[in-house]
Amino acid sequence: MNARVKHVELHADDDGLNPGDVMLKLENVSLSFGGVKAISDISFDILKGEIRAIIGPNGAGKTSMLNVINGFYHPQQGVITFRGQARSRMQPYEAAASGIARTFQNVALFKGMSTLDNIMSGRTLKMNKNFFWQVLNIGPARNEEIEHRLKVEEIIDFLEIQHIRKTPVGKLPYGLQKRVELGRALAMEPDLLLLDEPMAGMNLEEKEDMSRFILDVNSQMGTTIALIEHDMGVVMDISDRVVVLDYGRKIGDGTPQDVKNNQDVIDAYLGVSH
Amino acid sequence: MEATGVTAGGKPVTFPQYLLLNAKRFAARPAMRFKDYGIWQSWNWSEQRDEIRDLALGLKAMGLAEGERIAIVGSNRPRLYWAFCAAQSLKAIPVPVYADSVAEEMAHVLNNAGVRFAVVQDQEQVDKLLSMTAEIPQLTDIIFDEPRGLRDYDRTHLHDFGSVQDRGRDAARANPSAVADWEAGIRASDGSEISAILYTSGTTGRSKGVMLTAAASVKAAEDTAAFDNMSERDEVLAYLPLAWVGDHYLNYAQGYVVGLCMSCPESPDTVAQNLREIGPTFYFAPPRVFESLLTSVMIRMEDASRPKKWLFEHYLKVAKAHGEKILEGRPVPLSGRISYFIGDKLMYGPLRNVLGFTRIRTAYTAGEAIGPDLFSFFRSLGINLKQLYGQTEAFLYVTCQKDGDVRPDTVGPAAPDVEIRITESGEVQFRSPGMFSGYYGDEDKTKETMTPDGWVMTGDAGIFDAHGHLKIIDRAKDVGKLTTGALYAPKYIENKLKFFPNIKEAVAFGDGRDFVAVFLNIDLTAVGNWAERNNISYASYQELANLPQVYDIMAGHIDKVNKDLAAEPMMAGAQIKRFLVLHKELEADDGELTRTQKVRRGFIAERYAPLIEALYNGAAEQFIETDMTFEDGRKGVIRATVKLMDAKVHPAAKLLPEAAE
Repeated sequence: MNARVKHVELHADDDGLNPGDVMLKLENVSLSFGGVKAISDISFDILKGEIRAIIGPNGAGKTSMLNVINGFYHPQQGVITFRGQARSRMQPYEAAASGIARTFQNVALFKGMSTLDNIMSGRTLKMNKNFFWQVLNIGPARNEEIEHRLKVEEIIDFLEIQHIRKTPVGKLPYGLQKRVELGRALAMEPDLLLLDEPMAGMNLEEKEDMSRFILDVNSQMGTTIALIEHDMGVVMDISDRVVVLDYGRKIGDGTPQDVKNNQDVIDAYLGVSH
Repeated sequence: MEATGVTAGGKPVTFPQYLLLNAKRFAARPAMRFKDYGIWQSWNWSEQRDEIRDLALGLKAMGLAEGERIAIVGSNRPRLYWAFCAAQSLKAIPVPVYADSVAEEMAHVLNNAGVRFAVVQDQEQVDKLLSMTAEIPQLTDIIFDEPRGLRDYDRTHLHDFGSVQDRGRDAARANPSAVADWEAGIRASDGSEISAILYTSGTTGRSKGVMLTAAASVKAAEDTAAFDNMSERDEVLAYLPLAWVGDHYLNYAQGYVVGLCMSCPESPDTVAQNLREIGPTFYFAPPRVFESLLTSVMIRMEDASRPKKWLFEHYLKVAKAHGEKILEGRPVPLSGRISYFIGDKLMYGPLRNVLGFTRIRTAYTAGEAIGPDLFSFFRSLGINLKQLYGQTEAFLYVTCQKDGDVRPDTVGPAAPDVEIRITESGEVQFRSPGMFSGYYGDEDKTKETMTPDGWVMTGDAGIFDAHGHLKIIDRAKDVGKLTTGALYAPKYIENKLKFFPNIKEAVAFGDGRDFVAVFLNIDLTAVGNWAERNNISYASYQELANLPQVYDIMAGHIDKVNKDLAAEPMMAGAQIKRFLVLHKELEADDGELTRTQKVRRGFIAERYAPLIEALYNGAAEQFIETDMTFEDGRKGVIRATVKLMDAKVHPAAKLLPEAAE
């Protein structure tokens, strides 16, 4: 680190919660599409400062769960409480404004834009000056831009992607695109970061890098993380608590060790003779 | 030059003395640049002195004493370079260690040097050292530059670089004379102390610690800086391993002596971009860097449009015809000058710019033989590329080429104040100002390397040509004979092979055998590009290397080499009869290459013994199983069936009548 640059700390906003307090709580949540029950009667909570994994076989309802949390789907039943406030039909942009950021299972970046611009787009919600100020690019708007750029540079440094700063993301290998997407989510300085299969399609080295980034985000920025992941080794290594879904039902919840020894979970993963 | 009050006639004899001098004479000139958060930050000489002083006082407060060794591990960063000077200012001895060495290698060096402190870049290095605590009992304190990921580590013996500097500032506040004492301590030195211990790359076995005294190091740097007319207006980009003598000499030693500005890249991945942004005036790169630059230029030209390709090829011919002559100030016809001028505007200039070579006054290459075509290519573009021959034991320079007197196949005459002699056995020996004072803690090895009359044995076989330029043939101990009696110099053959862009590495065998056979490593970039162009799909290096088409390409290359060899009466007997393409790239992590990427012949011969046997027993293919090490130290096994192929041998050239006159 360089003493010259005004050092901007990236961290989650102070929301009055202490580590270990309940940040997000889901009570008896059910979601169905027509006759298909994607999620039935699920309750669990996410504590501030933890890494919470959501696992389960294909079609277990994991991504639906994330979509419910960030307001993309609206459950027919149940109560979702975020920072002590029960919320009704929240829209994704409201979720984003309230400090929830996410990445997607299939990378969803602006392919023609550079890494820098993609991450900068994550700052949109933090920009105070309106469009006209920005077009003029003078005085306050300019200062604001510089300030945001500094935060973005901090993220670029954090994720070690300086060499692709100006490269259009469409040209990047998949593993790096995933990293850029994480960068864009971090640019929002979220309180709660939702990661949908951050390691999908990665080789061992990329997985190790990504695990390190996730742990560093959690420990250095104090960001609470909920992640979906298929790689059991990764999940068991990095998460504090794990919730296990199967056919839209919750079948396990606890520390990685608890979950590993849970008979229902073993059955769901290894199959059971009927 | 201003007197600094040192005993030896007022001229500085240590690097910290030069620091004080530069902080006075070049106070406001930039000394160091580092790209951080996307912006080039810079420190002038007086700021650099303050940073170093704070660190030095902090280290002193922590108990770093005169003569103690302090390890420095990481990539090229300002703070690590400051650690060198800070240690030297206390007469402690900096010991840089290759940042990519695995934990065991690092432990060997740290143990051998007996270090108590280590200044390291980041968590990766901290973890490596912590994992070896039991093996390095005398190491007590680790100071790190980059705090990332280290938040939850026990801080009893782990210190933030900034906090050490804070301690230094506190010490200066508590004791008003601390700063004056520090400067007085620097000025009092007569330069007889050890200035650094640099570990050799270990081409043969474990690496050895080369002790360099301060005054000798300073003298060597002054000599070569004067030789190349370097000044405080020069700029360098420090991107080669910090622990390597070349980086230490060209950037740190020469940098302090002339007061130039050193820039550190943002990260190891951004070197090419940073090179373009900084535009250094003095540049060093091993031949393989120039090789990969040329490869990337050629690959990109393949994708260019037809008119552009034509333009490129046309002006490449012009450059080939006149470029070097113009660079060396030799006579060139006016028409040639005009064509070259146009070419310079249209192609050479922009190309130099893309490569970051626009402002280069002097560029050096060394470490391996450089292909004559490759060498001429860069020179014909107007880049003053020269060769030098050096060793850690010499504190780099043994020979170097003068501007305007440059040849691709020699390494030039002796450097200033260096004496060279060639023994009866053909070995090159030298005496030089920067000559080392011995291997650290290894009297026996020192005696093996230094002759009783004070010359250093290089272990290289060489000859002087008619112009007094030294020509290195091979490692003295590697030169051998075939059973046919023909002279066999493996490196000579390997270098000829490696001049083909498709071949990354070659290892020749033949000493005491019936004929010469080689292992080849394909160049993944070049061959991969060829495969893409020809719609040939492959999933891995191993698969690509094993393709019959690739074997055909290699056979073609070998045929050309054999033709070349056949044309040289001395070497015609050592043509390549059989070859194979290895299923994996030779790696330093597996011990097959040194950290400076030189082939470790003996080790490879042992490891791939079944393949060598197959080369000589005529088998068409051979199964091989080798273990390999991943970057994090885990081991794995790689299995493959490797194909072997015969090569065509050409009759030795009969001396042509005109040549035989």
